[in-house]
Amino acid sequence: MILLAFLAQALRIAIPYLFAASGGVVSERAGLIGLGLEGYMLSGAFCGALASYYSGSPWIGLLGAMAGGVAMALLYAVTAIRFRADQVVVGIAINLLAIGLTRFFLRLAFHSSSNSPRVPGFGAEQSGTGFGALATNPLTWLGVGGVGIVGWLLYRTAFGLRVRAVGEHPAAAVSVGIRVDRVRYLAAALSGLLASLGGAYLALDQHQFTAEMTAGRGFIALAATIFGRWDPARAALACLLFAAAETLQIQLQGAQLIPSQFVEMIPYALTIIALAGVVGRAVPPAALGRVSE
Amino acid sequence: MTAEAAGIPAASPLVAPPVDRTARRAALEEAILPAVVALLVAAIVGDVLILSFGQSPGVVYRLLLEGTWGNAYGFGQVLYKATTLTFTGLAVAIGLRAGLFNIGAESQLAAGGFVAALVGLLLPSGMPALLTLPLYLIAAGAGGGIVGGIPGVLKAKFGAHEVITTIMLNFIVLALLNYLTAAHLKVEGSLHTAEVRAGALPRLSSYVAPFHGSAANVVLFIAVLAAIVTWWFLFRTRRGFELRAVGLQPQAAEYGGIDVGNVWWRTMVLSGALAGIGGLNFVLGYKHYYEDAFASGAGFLGIAVAIVGRNNPIGVVLAALVFATISQGGLAVNAVVPKQMVDVLQAVVIIAVAASVPEVRRMLRKIR
Repeated sequence: MILLAFLAQALRIAIPYLFAASGGVVSERAGLIGLGLEGYMLSGAFCGALASYYSGSPWIGLLGAMAGGVAMALLYAVTAIRFRADQVVVGIAINLLAIGLTRFFLRLAFHSSSNSPRVPGFGAEQSGTGFGALATNPLTWLGVGGVGIVGWLLYRTAFGLRVRAVGEHPAAAVSVGIRVDRVRYLAAALSGLLASLGGAYLALDQHQFTAEMTAGRGFIALAATIFGRWDPARAALACLLFAAAETLQIQLQGAQLIPSQFVEMIPYALTIIALAGVVGRAVPPAALGRVSE
Repeated sequence: MTAEAAGIPAASPLVAPPVDRTARRAALEEAILPAVVALLVAAIVGDVLILSFGQSPGVVYRLLLEGTWGNAYGFGQVLYKATTLTFTGLAVAIGLRAGLFNIGAESQLAAGGFVAALVGLLLPSGMPALLTLPLYLIAAGAGGGIVGGIPGVLKAKFGAHEVITTIMLNFIVLALLNYLTAAHLKVEGSLHTAEVRAGALPRLSSYVAPFHGSAANVVLFIAVLAAIVTWWFLFRTRRGFELRAVGLQPQAAEYGGIDVGNVWWRTMVLSGALAGIGGLNFVLGYKHYYEDAFASGAGFLGIAVAIVGRNNPIGVVLAALVFATISQGGLAVNAVVPKQMVDVLQAVVIIAVAASVPEVRRMLRKIR
């Protein structure tokens, strides 16, 4: 029973990571650095809550979330691809922009600087902690299924082959007639869509939007993308690992074995170790961060 | 190694090459146009936000200017914020000159302030500032320098990309400082340390009365000095020349006999140290204690300051003033429109500058 409760809680923490890390993999495999994931998530969470509030339906909320996340991702893609802006700079700015915009429109729409009113969401009214609440939330299934879909897309479809080609060797991709920019725009939009669903999960699970509610989850997802070596399945495992560590920390809180701050460090420390190549080197896509002239 | 060995005439890094007037004008245009474009775009976005809140843009912009440059208190606050931003901006700029993207200024700033506060708590309270100031500079520089040096070494030795490692280290270091403060050093009921009694630096208001209440303090002058020294280092010393050579073309620099790995980690240490010394502005000049999360985004804004200031130390000081004005301006207009408007404007300025720099360069080349 304790094990089941543990798994349920870990999965619940992992769902937003799974969405955003899937988005991170798609974006980075196409050569676009996934620094804006946090911003896409936050934008998705806010637009999801907003659409759900005004329509009364969490399904419309999902559509709103996707629109918000894709809009942010396309802004990133246009500046990075069309205007050849530095991806790191714009990626960081996208996160600042999402924080500013969501807080501004939170005040405009709901006259609050901290949270929205209660919005229709998924699952039981009382956000439960067991498997029941998880199983009734369609986003749980979508998040887990999304990993498989992204894996299939990347490795089993022509589009996926193109994504990997433009991320590894854009010049070669051009020579076989692939429209590099178009593939990258599509990959960016898909990454924004996936990450926004992670944000929507947070807002619709808690039945409200709170300011800066993503709280760095986009960066944990980026860490999972890298720690999972840009592979959807391995990135998903990394998400589960990070979520399990968090769950362990929450459940052991009373025992005071390890200060929570040290558990917080785990995803980031593992990612640095992976990049430094202590245990098998993590090698990024060759054209990551570069847009061909 | 010597500059001669690198196939460079020894005098060249020390004497500015003769630049004809049109080339200098072209460089100036290339540097200033993106900032103008960005401010225009930001003004338009600002108008839309203000109008969406049912207010008049003219009124809001006037409030913003009056609340910042229009009175001594507001101006003092702008100077205070610009001081920290100058340090973090210089930190990012010196990294970018070497081709390194230091996203870690946020945690380097915090670590610098933290170590300075630790040293301050150990010093006897009677020590004069003349003795303590060098100690504080070393402490803050060491705190930031160590945090900056780790990604530098990881890049030089293992090729780990500094963008990701500095981001990850931000989270790690901030969590560590949070733990140390919360578990060991805090004054009960707060998240800050006890007050530092040795060599606290005076505020500007003790010399110029109208600044009363504002946080501006003499660290401001250290910031200006740091900008001048950084400029001198980058453009008038051999190490600075090597640093820029690595930034322009690492392979060519390597071929010229420069140890690129060494330049990388040294630059990251320097960059971190600059950000770390910025921590003195809060810890020694303003509050006289270390408080958890005092950096609150000043490290990330340093990226914006460096980009808008075009990685030139003088440009960084000017850009720091711009971003400090926008940031303080948010508080001035908060009664009329949400202060988060300025977060949006800052982000818009960053995106617009990043997008228009390559565009302006291309357009200017086409015209000529």
